[in-house]
Amino acid sequence: MAVTLEDVKRVANLARIEISNDEAHTTLDQITGIFSLIEQMELVDTSTVIPMSHAQGVEQRLRKDEVTEIDQHELFQSQAPKTEAKLYLVPKVIE
Amino acid sequence: MQWEVVVGLEVHTQLLTQSKLFSGASTTFGGMPNSQACAVDLALPGVLPVLNRGVVELAVKFGLAIDARINSPSIFARKNYFYPDLPKGYQISQFELPIVEGGHIKIKTGKSNEENEKIINITRAHLEEDAGKSLHEDFHGMTGIDLNRAGTPLLEIVSEPDMRSSSEAVAFAKTIHTLVRWLGISDGNMEEGSFRCDANVSIRRLGDEKLGTRREIKNLNSFRFLQQAIEAEVEFQKYTLETGGEIKQATVLFDSDKRETQVMRTKEDAHDYRYFPDPDLLPLIISPDWIEEIRASMVEPPDLCFSRFIDSKIDSNSKATYALSKYDASMLTADIDIANYFEKVVEIIGRKEAKLCANWVIGEVAARLNQDNKNIKASPVSPKQLAELILRICDGTISGKTAKDVFSTMWDGENHASADEIIKTKGLKQISNSDEITKLVDMILIDNPQQVADFCRGKEKAFNSLVGQVMKATKGKANPAQVNDILKERLNKKGQE
Amino acid sequence: MFNSSLNQLSTLLSTKKVSSVELTKDFLRNIEILNKEYNAFITVNEELSLDQARIADAMIASGEGNPLTGIPIAHKDIFCAKGWLTTCGSRMLSNFVSPYDAHVIELFNKAGTVNIGKTNMDEFAMGSSNETSFYGPVKNPWDILSVPGGSSGGSACAVAARMAPAATGTDTGGSIRQPASLCGVSGIKPTYGLVSRYGMIAFASSLDQGGPIAKSAADLALMLNVMVGFDARDSTSLQHENEDYTRDLERPIEGLRIGLPKEYFAEGLSDDVSRAVDAAVAEYSKLGAKIVEVSLPNTKLSIPVYYVLAPAEASSNLSRFDGVRYGHRSEEYTNLDDMYLKSRTQGFGAEVKRRILIGTYVLSHGYYDAYYIKAQKLRRLIAQDFTEAFKQCDIIMGPTSPSVAFDLGEKNNDPLQMYLSDAYTAAASLAGLPGMSIPVGFGKKSRPVGLHIIGNYFSEAKILNVANQFQQVTDWHTKMPDIKNSK
Repeated sequence: MAVTLEDVKRVANLARIEISNDEAHTTLDQITGIFSLIEQMELVDTSTVIPMSHAQGVEQRLRKDEVTEIDQHELFQSQAPKTEAKLYLVPKVIE
Repeated sequence: MQWEVVVGLEVHTQLLTQSKLFSGASTTFGGMPNSQACAVDLALPGVLPVLNRGVVELAVKFGLAIDARINSPSIFARKNYFYPDLPKGYQISQFELPIVEGGHIKIKTGKSNEENEKIINITRAHLEEDAGKSLHEDFHGMTGIDLNRAGTPLLEIVSEPDMRSSSEAVAFAKTIHTLVRWLGISDGNMEEGSFRCDANVSIRRLGDEKLGTRREIKNLNSFRFLQQAIEAEVEFQKYTLETGGEIKQATVLFDSDKRETQVMRTKEDAHDYRYFPDPDLLPLIISPDWIEEIRASMVEPPDLCFSRFIDSKIDSNSKATYALSKYDASMLTADIDIANYFEKVVEIIGRKEAKLCANWVIGEVAARLNQDNKNIKASPVSPKQLAELILRICDGTISGKTAKDVFSTMWDGENHASADEIIKTKGLKQISNSDEITKLVDMILIDNPQQVADFCRGKEKAFNSLVGQVMKATKGKANPAQVNDILKERLNKKGQE
Repeated sequence: MFNSSLNQLSTLLSTKKVSSVELTKDFLRNIEILNKEYNAFITVNEELSLDQARIADAMIASGEGNPLTGIPIAHKDIFCAKGWLTTCGSRMLSNFVSPYDAHVIELFNKAGTVNIGKTNMDEFAMGSSNETSFYGPVKNPWDILSVPGGSSGGSACAVAARMAPAATGTDTGGSIRQPASLCGVSGIKPTYGLVSRYGMIAFASSLDQGGPIAKSAADLALMLNVMVGFDARDSTSLQHENEDYTRDLERPIEGLRIGLPKEYFAEGLSDDVSRAVDAAVAEYSKLGAKIVEVSLPNTKLSIPVYYVLAPAEASSNLSRFDGVRYGHRSEEYTNLDDMYLKSRTQGFGAEVKRRILIGTYVLSHGYYDAYYIKAQKLRRLIAQDFTEAFKQCDIIMGPTSPSVAFDLGEKNNDPLQMYLSDAYTAAASLAGLPGMSIPVGFGKKSRPVGLHIIGNYFSEAKILNVANQFQQVTDWHTKMPDIKNSK
């Protein structure tokens, strides 16, 4: 399963990373090297193994349904690039 | 050519909790922008989600009500895409192993609203976060983002493609709407966006086994739009196929002004959501004990309530039955609060008068609620007040017609006066004393010789006019049945004279 | 004083020989002098530090002090600290002043420690050399031509160069152990789930774990006593009973079974490191430990597995950096999508972008099963190897890193070689096991060598015990680099 230049451009777009043609070529070279390492995974038969998502076999803890948060929009919005009327502003969303 | 319409629905319903799916921020509607968006909702660097127990309970209630399987474990997954109202750049949802799988609901179709029943199978129902809101009014050419809604719990209910018309789809959506409100798991408020539908629509030649290519209509927020959108989509698909075209899988939006569906994106540019289990969350385990605890806390589901209302056996599982018509029962079980109201009224009066009570609840009460745009919970007339009023009809104190006036006074009055108080103050007590009525009838007969003569000549109309005179003289308080009887008797006597 | 242990500093403070304000000023002065050279700190904030020092002095005066009250601690810039610039080594967060405290920061504040500054790190903890930081590379105080390791390179350097008595770090595939090894200091990554990840900016959620870097096992035990604790805001935080990690420090280790995985002493390990590790193992034999050979047959796959799982999680974790609510937003853009593209492209460095692309690829349609699920299955096999090994031994030892610190720039253009520096550390991260590195000598160019100690789940006290017993009879941990400007 060789990674292609098209793959690099496709995932860059999915990840919203701008990538020039030259950069895509360089990236492809590097990623191809890394994937040659990753392909070693194929050497082991794992057909009977259950995937492991977490180190500890514990279950989801649940929170009581209650409001514990207060309005801190001023503090939070002090970090925002652009706000107005308590709203975060972004370039026009076209639907 | 004969086409068969195939519809499957995805219903997104906001769950009624105090706090959000994964944060302790309030879910109250209508707050100042971003005042209910906490650090977790804003996806500040380093914050983490913790699951709300209340949400799980509501989802389990839904699963139990539709006879579905409750998965344990169920898994939360990330659905990755960029949008300004999606702060994390992914939505926490469920993909493989949703909390609810399988199950079915019964819908009623057909004009009479009672005859045909159909089973619609449910594929799954899963939990996910709602997104924030983009406000498109102009901020110097920019869009404003309010994240108060971000993280509000949603239950997405996905049906099998079991519906064969737009009206079946609407019936399904309405049944789900009633059910979630009935169970108390959602307010179903469509104006506030708490209940929204996506419809998957395809058509195929009648008799074909294979399903046609479907297009998905997104974000339908009223039953009317749901119906219109499916109809418009079906027309489009028929036209396309009949003119030699081909349906391409796509996501479309419904333009209610133009009454047509418009392509939003095709399959080629469909998102690659890169679902994977959320590593910040662990498998959700729901123990059998917990499920039983939730089951025990649930109200009787609407379909069982309906069956009980039309049942004529004295009791069904030691619960009251009312032998109502299917029509009455379906009206009364359209909403749990209406059903509860009705049952409280009957409880006071007795099940022998259940039909009369049903008439009042479906008739006068519903009409006034509708007129005042009120929920039955906010009815100015309590079940007890209504019961006392109906009792006065049953014991002949007032006529049905007078009762409506009393009801109206009760509704508009501010002091929650009882029926008896209103009847007394207004002097509305029915005259049922036959001597009194006989005396009155005789006086009227003397005053109206012409009508008497007409009646004797066989003019039946004159009788009604005489009844009218008596009722007028008593300001409607005379018992109409008695007036009829006595008048007939006196006229017959006169005829024989 | 800069060489004092945490216990010694604690005694100086509690006996009023020195005040926290004085101690803080001394370390701040050391940072001021040394940081120009080493670049270990991204942010120093004298005012905020001294405020905390004054609070600490008041706590001590009123008898409310804890063992670490008043002691300056450096925090990796991955931990959100309210009012502090918290950059995660990235241009993306170069303007982000955290509006809240991480759980770890809350715990240190409660203990009355002083935040002496935020340490440099590989951008978003992605790196093994500290060269991916937006704020420039950290220099290894033992040899400023070499890297300090990463990603907690700033913390390891700060401790090694005596700019802080101890520091916090985080470890995803080796990010505490490897820089500790390369800088000749001690560092421990606890069992996954013991230190809350709340407020620790996520790299790979299922692997990230906070832990301390300090001069000795005894100091690390005191640090863990503060850092470990259940936190309801982190779903993966374990409800583990509180322990005193100092309790077993003095316990003799006679009869301890030390497992040496043969795979750790095979191809790829440089001779100088091998020699120092062998000598350390010999020292353990002298202390009465039994040496047994064990095998971790799947451990060779830990790098491939790690480089599927960590980038996959990272690609999603880093989607929140979109220039909407905080962080870098491009000055110019033509529309919404362009704003996302430009902000993210400018905000992230090359290594972060590379990992986002790898992660996005392995999760994308059609590749998920072949890469992500396959890697999760292998992760289980890697973890099971340890379970088997721990049937034959009490503790596992090996080299922390295949070589001593490499030169700055040496592996910059060869990500693959860079990734292999985590070859011995990634497996314990995948298994969620606790792991530690202690200095055990010097290799090529007199650069430090670290011994890797891996224990079973929740065996931190034992690991610290094993390390401390070694440090009682050797002095590698007391060696310090030649720092002219330091007292």
